[in-house]
Amino acid sequence: MTNTVDEIAGAGAILVTGINPTESQPVIGYRIRQAVRNGAKLIVADPRRIQLAEIADVHLQFKPGTDIALFNALAHVIIKEGLQDQEYIETRTQDFQHLKKMVEKYTPDYVAKITGVAAEKIITAARLFAQADSGSIFYAMGVTQHTCGTENVVALTNLSLLTGNLGKPHAGMYPLRGQNNVQGACDMGCLPNVLTGYQPVHSDRDTGTYWQRLKGAVSRQPSAVSREEAGADSSVIESIEFDEPISLNMSVSDTIRAKFSRAWGVELSDVPGRTIAEMFHYFPHRRSRIMYIMGENPVLTSPQAELVREALEDMDFVVVQDIFLNETAQYADVVLPAASFAEKDGTFINTERRVQLIRRAIKPRGDSKADWEIIQELANRFGLNWNYSSAEEIWDEVRELTPHYFGGMSYERLDAGGLQWPCTAIDHPGTPILHKSKFARGIGQFSTVEYRPLAADATDEDYPFILTTGRKLYHYHTRTMTGKSDGLNSLIKEERMEINPQDAEGLGLDAEDTVKVTSRRGSIKSKINLTDRVPPGLVCMSFHFAESPVNVLMNPAVCNMSVASGLKSCGVRIEKA
Amino acid sequence: MDKVVLKLDDLEVMANKEDTILQAALDHGIYIPHLCYHPDLKPFGGCRLCVVEIEGRGLTISCKAPVEEGIAVRTEGPEIDKMRRVAAELLIVNHYSECLQCARNTDCKLQDIAAYIGIEEGRLQRLKRTARDLPLDDSNPFFIRDPNKCVLCGICVRTCEEINGVGAIDFAFRGLDTRISTLKDKPIVESRCESCGECVVRCPVGALVPQNMRKPEREVKSICPYCGTGCGIYLGIRGDKIVSARGDRDSVVNKGQLCVKGRFSYDFVNHPDRLTTPLIKRNGVFVEATWDEALDLVTAKFKEAQEKYGPEALAGLSSARVTNEENYLFQKLLRSLGTNSIDCCARL
Amino acid sequence: MPVRTVLLGQGTCCISAGAKQISAALREEIARLDLAGTVQVKHTGCRGFSQIDPVVIIEPEGLLYSEVKVDDAPEIARSLLPQGQPIERLFYRDPVTDRAIPHHRDITFYNKQQRTVLKNCGYIDPEEIDDYLAVGGYQALRKVLSEMTPEQVIEAVKRSGLRGLGGGGFPAGRKWEACRRVPGDEKYVVCNADEGDPGAFQDRSVLEGDPHSVVEGMIIAGYAVGATKGYVYVRAEYPLAVKRLGIAIAEARERGFLGENVLGNGFGFDIEIFQGAGAFVCGESTALTLSLEGARGMPKPLPRPRTTEVGLWGRPTLLNNVKTFANIRWIINKGAEWFASQGTEKSKGTAIFSLTGKITNCGLIEVPMGITLREIIFDIGGGVPGGRTFKAVQTGGPSGGVLPEGLLGTPIDFDSLTAAGSMMGSGGMVVVDEDTCMVDLARYFLDFTQKESCGQCSLCRLGSVQMLEILNAITEGNGRIEDIDLLIELGESVKIGSICGLGQSAPNPVLSTIRYFREEYESHILEKKCPARVCKGLISYIIVSDKCKACMICLRKCPVEAIKGGKKEVHVIDQDKCTRCGVCLSVCPERFGAVEIIPGREVKIHG
Repeated sequence: MTNTVDEIAGAGAILVTGINPTESQPVIGYRIRQAVRNGAKLIVADPRRIQLAEIADVHLQFKPGTDIALFNALAHVIIKEGLQDQEYIETRTQDFQHLKKMVEKYTPDYVAKITGVAAEKIITAARLFAQADSGSIFYAMGVTQHTCGTENVVALTNLSLLTGNLGKPHAGMYPLRGQNNVQGACDMGCLPNVLTGYQPVHSDRDTGTYWQRLKGAVSRQPSAVSREEAGADSSVIESIEFDEPISLNMSVSDTIRAKFSRAWGVELSDVPGRTIAEMFHYFPHRRSRIMYIMGENPVLTSPQAELVREALEDMDFVVVQDIFLNETAQYADVVLPAASFAEKDGTFINTERRVQLIRRAIKPRGDSKADWEIIQELANRFGLNWNYSSAEEIWDEVRELTPHYFGGMSYERLDAGGLQWPCTAIDHPGTPILHKSKFARGIGQFSTVEYRPLAADATDEDYPFILTTGRKLYHYHTRTMTGKSDGLNSLIKEERMEINPQDAEGLGLDAEDTVKVTSRRGSIKSKINLTDRVPPGLVCMSFHFAESPVNVLMNPAVCNMSVASGLKSCGVRIEKA
Repeated sequence: MDKVVLKLDDLEVMANKEDTILQAALDHGIYIPHLCYHPDLKPFGGCRLCVVEIEGRGLTISCKAPVEEGIAVRTEGPEIDKMRRVAAELLIVNHYSECLQCARNTDCKLQDIAAYIGIEEGRLQRLKRTARDLPLDDSNPFFIRDPNKCVLCGICVRTCEEINGVGAIDFAFRGLDTRISTLKDKPIVESRCESCGECVVRCPVGALVPQNMRKPEREVKSICPYCGTGCGIYLGIRGDKIVSARGDRDSVVNKGQLCVKGRFSYDFVNHPDRLTTPLIKRNGVFVEATWDEALDLVTAKFKEAQEKYGPEALAGLSSARVTNEENYLFQKLLRSLGTNSIDCCARL
Repeated sequence: MPVRTVLLGQGTCCISAGAKQISAALREEIARLDLAGTVQVKHTGCRGFSQIDPVVIIEPEGLLYSEVKVDDAPEIARSLLPQGQPIERLFYRDPVTDRAIPHHRDITFYNKQQRTVLKNCGYIDPEEIDDYLAVGGYQALRKVLSEMTPEQVIEAVKRSGLRGLGGGGFPAGRKWEACRRVPGDEKYVVCNADEGDPGAFQDRSVLEGDPHSVVEGMIIAGYAVGATKGYVYVRAEYPLAVKRLGIAIAEARERGFLGENVLGNGFGFDIEIFQGAGAFVCGESTALTLSLEGARGMPKPLPRPRTTEVGLWGRPTLLNNVKTFANIRWIINKGAEWFASQGTEKSKGTAIFSLTGKITNCGLIEVPMGITLREIIFDIGGGVPGGRTFKAVQTGGPSGGVLPEGLLGTPIDFDSLTAAGSMMGSGGMVVVDEDTCMVDLARYFLDFTQKESCGQCSLCRLGSVQMLEILNAITEGNGRIEDIDLLIELGESVKIGSICGLGQSAPNPVLSTIRYFREEYESHILEKKCPARVCKGLISYIIVSDKCKACMICLRKCPVEAIKGGKKEVHVIDQDKCTRCGVCLSVCPERFGAVEIIPGREVKIHG
């Protein structure tokens, strides 16, 4: 996120797309509603009539997969009506003319035909967003989990740049994080190509296709949000969304590897690793033989889960480290019991880049141990000689190796309420708003992205419905945590696929029927929820319930840039079960 | 911020220009009885208890009256006391009086008011108690609504509207039948309510109380383990169990606000299904093992495979739930073992 | 050309008395007698004299036929023939002198009134804009738009001394000026037609009888304060008013008095009707505004911005009552000075009351400010009927105060009524006689207001209920002497402490009856007697042995077999068994009149 949660309530205009914050990030949802109460104009672009659509000034209910056309049409209207922030464009961006030329053909009328959204609504939305004092854009998996996920983000970024909304209060881009420490996992280097603070681990010696794709992908990976070019002015972070593929300089990555090698006392490989999709789906010949899975449940969260199961079964050895014996643990050879968040010290990084302390409140259950303790014991069995006695010691090592992000964030300072990276020195106040005076590269880049009809998993005679996925307020992820709450289970007991009553009637379905949902990859069963939150032709499910593992149906085809899977829509057939 | 100086009783105080008289008084340690005022919400002015007198102007409700330079405010006096006492007595006499049986006992604003006013049994006895026996609404698994204890301060209504923007409840009916109701007076669980519990936190009396939440012995500051918002929380601990949670009002992220998961859903921590010992799969069945057995086996298998297929045979999937420190060590371990195949679920 | 006009009131009250059927019958007869060319039947609003509805007036003679029935239609039609004669048996008879009065101008109920706001009610057809135009309608608007600046209009309203006729009495001109002064290009004019007092019907009568006068007043107000949009918040229980107002607005729009360019002047103004939710409290300005916005109508506590500053949807809003707007055209046409010359020093113009209760001439009256209560009740109202004695008058609606005979000299104006412990309020005026128990009366009104409390403020919601409970106890014979002081303490607290006018005035009936009729409370409490013989718990039914003819009727009808006696044996009521249902009294033949009610429960059995 370029800006903070605290600023939301003061936004002038808010565009919400591909996210349903009132269910997936409720407190942020409250803030958006508060902003509307305070007078903010709200534009919701979503195929579903999500709750926020009810209080929106405009709801752009587009056909799934037509995001780019819609966003380009908004840019078209803004430019055509001269609503863009010309001074900002001139002083802080480049290639505006390219964008202008590209969006020329995305007239409201043309895009209305593609998206199914009335031209007047597109015009109204564009005006509302551009004419507000400040405009922020909220998005998440609904935008990124498409085969064109990265292009979607680029198109949104164009809107933000066009209206001068990057680098000022109550504005910016809000890619909302679904889990408490996704940001931290990425920032800590749990990505195949970078170390902490996005310091590249690989050299460009490997020029194979695998690497090239990866290089492009990770550098433009939207959920990684930001990356710091090592050696650049560390107080300035560039926004990845409009970044060109990184042209790495070998000496930089070599220097970084050398730094880490020295600190860790080991030699580091410069071969980039596999992404999660590749670990399970692609290149069976290059599949890993051993999986060490900590606190994840890919059997339910990955697309076409059948392949994940197969891959796990096929492995030589699988270690799962978790607090519960989840669905993935069933495939493990060894299960290591971990402590929960309440049983250890440490830090999380939230969606606004804020590093915050968690504190041990109770003892670990039984013989379970904090993950860091388990990892350390394992490391020492490999002779690595680690000797951390507290989470703080580990964190200090992170700070030392990642000064451009975390240098100034001592536990003592974090205790006072957390700090937002970058925070480079002990007297640095942290960075609530990114790109305030300039972008890391110095200049914001407009990029051109064209709309292409969804090819990967379109509807046809056999698969006439589009299935999309979403989250529910009363559950979280695969319910390893929320499934243990009787209260939450009583509020939502089972999966109920949202289907428009018109479609249900056409299929002869009654409210209490169970349906079989079949995609090109498999089929699952679910109860239904008759609701006009989904338009005819669209159905929606969550991935919370193991009994209705929706990701079995999904297409593992990945975004060709970000390697995010196309989890958000696929063609399905629906029958009474 | 602009300041003004005013007199509160005999005290000269400086207050923010935007403050109300009540806020200024409370900030300076002067208690003015109030029931429907809450610092997070717009003033309502319904309970009529916070009445004060601005010298030369007469009585006014201090929760709505802004401070002004040079005014002299009296928080007590014969006329104030008369009206305030009557208002308080009316509320008390119409309120459920079995305090020991109430979950809000010792934490009740009406008790504070009763203590401040000083109850005179004789005066209360002159008044008629209006019996109300409305059904409880315990349809929500996390909290109970007891309309019989409700003082109609409207804090829950305003919280739902102003804080969370849900608007699940409002005043309904008239006269003595007035009560807080959902649309069409349905059980709360069938309303728009999102179970966030913000109203429960703010209810000044026992009309909204948590279900199955016990008083903690101590509290530990932490961060909510659910979504990426990163709300500050205080976990309430009793013995070795989490028994409650509340939002951290000092957190700049959530300012005390929480959602249903962050406030009510910590059962998983103490759940009997928690893994408490390492497990090794033998002949397809998990068997309990010691740490040494498990870790030795893992070490051996890792080494074996890496020797056989090379270092890249090992891949790790890190977690969006565990701490930074743990994620850091996880990738450090894998990279130290020669592989960069580490990913997390950022894209899932 | 018609030479005669038959005016037939078609207000809600007239219709309920059968005016529709009479109209149909009359028209049929007129057609049958081939009089259609010379006689025109015109539907008008109500003329206010409800006591004698339905009324038929023949102009130009000014003949008034009272209490007309459908069967009278042929005779009335025949009387309109060239050789026709007035129908004497339908003339109004003065209840005091019993003299027949042929002409409406001679009827005291009318000729003591001074009708300004109600002037057209009963004379013009409210559904015909041309009728309104014929009596000078929209001339004021033309004058304002062509000759006056908004400031001049406001100045005129200020000079006229007009005060808000919704009951509050706030100087209208000052309100208009305040609204004009607030900057903003989006302002609203709201007409309060939420007449919640069940005993008052003046707003309804004006809307039913002369809706254009309200429309015209609102347009002028819009011009003066700088608003472009008006709303009329009218009770949904007034369907006829809603209908006629809707017709008037449509006609006004058609003729260019409403719309984007009023009379080609460039000023744009339009009016929308909003039907209220039927809550008494929605007559309060902030509650009304909330209700208009679609929220629950609950008054906003002071201190708060005035509606003129932050009103409807947060915009500056001018809120006035129906009657206030209806006065505007007169102020413009006849001049502020003309208006100011009427009434008293501080209350100018006229006041409208719905005169009801134990009164000979019940109906809607418009009187100059400053007239005394006595003049209204005895001259216009004809006093208390049936030889009963006047006891008190309650003014201002359910939360008005009750004034005794000694205060009948009180002049009608905002300040005098308030000083006496009552108010102008909704313009209700209920006369009660010796058969009314003042404790019960207070209880009755409080029961209404406490049910209508919006419930948000503790004093009004709980305090009024507490007072009601105490009154219930007193009327049931369970009162304690200290209850009177408790009622005063509670009442005064509710008065000073409540948020809105409803709560602030709800204790009035109680406080004023205690003030003027304290001895009745004391009788109830100390002697356990209801002097007016109303409160069931404090009365006894007795059979006067001298009058009892031992007819067995009451004995048989008594549901609890409390009456002893037999044929030729004088009946006696067993007071322990008697439930005071009153059946014996109602069945005792009038010529005997043997059953009587006496105050108190300790009955000495005579003879």
